[in-house]
Amino acid sequence: MSKQLIKARGLHKHYSISVGLLQPSKNLKALSGVGFDLYEGQTLAVVGESGCGKSTLARLLTTIEEPTSGQLSIDGIDMGNVQSKAITKQLRQTVQMVFQDPFGSLNPRQKVGDILQEPLLINTSLSATERKQKALEMMSLVGLRDEHFHRYPHMFSGGQRQRIAIARALILKPKVVVLDEPVSALDVSIQAQVINLLVDLQKELGLAYVFISHDLSIVRHIADEVLVMYLGKPVEQGPGDVIFNDPKHPYTQALLSATPSTNIKNKRQRIKLTGELPSPIDPPNGCAFNPRCQHANKSCTISEPVMDTFGKSQVACFALDEGRI
Amino acid sequence: MALLEIVNLTVDFATATGSLRAVDGINLTINEGEIVAIVGESGSGKSVGMLALMGLLPWTSTVTADRISFDGQDLLNMTEKQRRKIIGKDISMIFQEPMTSLNPCFTVGYQITEVLCQHFGGKRKSYNKKAIELLNQVGIPAAESRLNSFPHQLSGGMCQRVMIAMMIACKPKLLIADEPTTALDVTIQAQILELLIELQQSHGMALVLITHDMAVVAETAERVIVLYAGQQVEQRKVKELFDNPKHPYSEALLNALPERAQDKLLNAIPGVVPGQMDRPKGCLFSPRCNYAQELCSEEKAPLKDGILCHFPLDLSKSRKPKAINVETG
Amino acid sequence: MSTTSNASTSIRVQQWQEFWFYFSASKTAVAGLIFLILVILMALFADVISPHGPAEQYREFAKLPPAWVEGGQLQFFLGTDYAGRDMLSRIIHGSRLSLLAGCVVVVLSMSIGVLLGLIAGYRGGWIETLIMRVMDTIMAVPGLLLALVLVAILGPGLLNAMVAIAITYTPSFVRLTRASTLSELNRDYVTASKVAGAGPARLMFISILPNCMAPIIVQGTLSFSTAILDTAALGFLGMGAQAPIPEWGTLIAENRDLIMSAPWTVTFPGIAILLAVLAINLVGDGLRDALDPKLKRS
Repeated sequence: MSKQLIKARGLHKHYSISVGLLQPSKNLKALSGVGFDLYEGQTLAVVGESGCGKSTLARLLTTIEEPTSGQLSIDGIDMGNVQSKAITKQLRQTVQMVFQDPFGSLNPRQKVGDILQEPLLINTSLSATERKQKALEMMSLVGLRDEHFHRYPHMFSGGQRQRIAIARALILKPKVVVLDEPVSALDVSIQAQVINLLVDLQKELGLAYVFISHDLSIVRHIADEVLVMYLGKPVEQGPGDVIFNDPKHPYTQALLSATPSTNIKNKRQRIKLTGELPSPIDPPNGCAFNPRCQHANKSCTISEPVMDTFGKSQVACFALDEGRI
Repeated sequence: MALLEIVNLTVDFATATGSLRAVDGINLTINEGEIVAIVGESGSGKSVGMLALMGLLPWTSTVTADRISFDGQDLLNMTEKQRRKIIGKDISMIFQEPMTSLNPCFTVGYQITEVLCQHFGGKRKSYNKKAIELLNQVGIPAAESRLNSFPHQLSGGMCQRVMIAMMIACKPKLLIADEPTTALDVTIQAQILELLIELQQSHGMALVLITHDMAVVAETAERVIVLYAGQQVEQRKVKELFDNPKHPYSEALLNALPERAQDKLLNAIPGVVPGQMDRPKGCLFSPRCNYAQELCSEEKAPLKDGILCHFPLDLSKSRKPKAINVETG
Repeated sequence: MSTTSNASTSIRVQQWQEFWFYFSASKTAVAGLIFLILVILMALFADVISPHGPAEQYREFAKLPPAWVEGGQLQFFLGTDYAGRDMLSRIIHGSRLSLLAGCVVVVLSMSIGVLLGLIAGYRGGWIETLIMRVMDTIMAVPGLLLALVLVAILGPGLLNAMVAIAITYTPSFVRLTRASTLSELNRDYVTASKVAGAGPARLMFISILPNCMAPIIVQGTLSFSTAILDTAALGFLGMGAQAPIPEWGTLIAENRDLIMSAPWTVTFPGIAILLAVLAINLVGDGLRDALDPKLKRS
């Protein structure tokens, strides 16, 4: 059994936002009740549309922000009980991140070499030559050439920038990499290059990925485990092949059917989702998905469903509990 | 007769480091009531070409063409004023970012009625009813109350619907949609695409869909034009292209999709799109092409039956077309 | 490009070329820059090029008109003042003081303003409120009036005048820096630095500040010209540089009584101020066009 790197149980993150001068501030539940396990060499895909709490989850995992409640342990250390700075620093090095927009995630005023060395400068006491040595090693690992060391990010294409971002994330030898939509800003042909690079690196370094994406065709390709979220709540969770071949939650079904496919031979019957995504500030009562769900009945609007096990996956749906679907 | 005919359209930009050719000799014919998709990666010139048609390019650009005619009228030798009468009325365009395409200072109702006033004249108030009708057509619930909302009060999908309402207000014969769903969520994307096709059918207008997503092409269009580095490399029926791509680039593009991968590794296309400085001498795709021969890097590729290639592929002959069905699991 | 250092220099050259392409698109900006360089050279080599010492008095030649006017002498090209001092030499030496005043004011107000603005934007909360309200208060009083009050408290003199003017200029830098900091703060590269473990100082000065510099530099050049103008104004009002220091504003003030009988003594320092300020403003506009990505033509 490979080593468990992340154990999350009932993670909640609430923000209070002010809506106006005289009104009381509102509570935005960005994330409620997310839990999962991540093992070495595994890829967990987090799937959902905007406002589903994907980015908040990324911020919690990279320890930029602390959860409001819930348990998060990284590499066997419970984040809730960490007092010493040294351990926080160590955890920082365990989880690193790659961002969606390769144009925004690299400081335009820093050279590639400086960008790559920054994490080493902050977290290690290596000498300048050692740092440069490591940066150059990492560059060749992600397929950049030595002469790129002194260039600025704007001189690179999107795909190459994403390689730089991956190199920066890997330079501290992390065990977990959070990939926040790493290829959605890239062209199809470049997408494939970057995905291949990620797959290779995972094999080579035994990395665990948290792959955040809305593109189900890529998720299907890369994920071992899938977590589907809607408005900050997990709705379905399980092994990738189970979720894709036998989606149980009505939202997962709709999401899969809405994803366009190049398969022109047999056009499937679309499950039509009406209506917009509700705002997370003002979520609907009961199950968050009920206003758009074709199986919703009265019980769905009253209380929130909890995750129950169905076969190999876990689903939060009353209609399923009650055997209506 | 073709609705829109473009012959040998070329667009150059003057930049600090010299001239940049964004569109290189595109030919395009669009018939009435047809859905044509233009596919390409960033920098392929897919948007620039259409912006040139609309006359929306900045002053640094130079647009040349042998012929641009719309509905029998020659757009090239037309005064700016005559052109404006056609563009916006008979040819409309919607853009990628719905949130920024609407003016944040004015209500949705004002912006829709403004369009109607511009083209039909008369008082703005008198078009309120028509505006509600349009909003209903594009599937906006409670249209009457939405007239008074500002763009920032609507979601991205709603804004795109409003944009579409504005663009179909004048019953255009041709609607150009530039990546209309790229900024939207998957479930909303499906709604908007469905709406566009529905309107295309009910209005009998032609629809040009600019996209980078092959899957969107497969689900919507009848005909497809593949662009690479400003050149048109393949122009085919969608079904034919997906079954049997003739240009190596089209084939590579299809094979790069995750759903066509055979194992964990995808069939990536090596290299990057050539830039201003490193344009190859011969066929522009030759440095990245699996099938390139010596001739390809020496001579420009010839255009035969809508395919820009020295050695077009023929999968139906050489081997059985790859199973398109996604392997489950 | 055989070696990496070679590559990086050629990149720098290329960046300068790009900058120059956009800057030189405006002919007026180039003209301003040329004039400004001449003024700087004039200030640097004032001792060499000025025909006389700035304080040297030629009593017998008092109130001599410029050389091309009847009665003028070639050795006093722009004429002399009431004490027989050569106007040309005084104006040449005055350029030193004006440029110095501009530099000191800009450096002072920029460094304080950028620091406060960064802190306000980065920290937020009550610190931001405190800094911004103080700045609003300073801005509420007309700049020159506030400078006058401050000089009245500190005592007249060139140094005090420069400090006072610097204080009145600080709020514009604070607001500008805070605004750019706020917009940069949510960019992914800042988050990336955070994930890498960067502390607040590193985030503020190494990640964020370099990306806010373009508008600050433009504001700096524009303040430079107003600083010269305001120093001259304080000098003219007797609150800045004191006679016989040949500061341009002071020059006008000390010859104010001669405006009817020897108008050249007032006119030429005035023209000097006008041209210097105009040139710097033109350069500032050119810089804005070249550095502001919004105005960039692709």
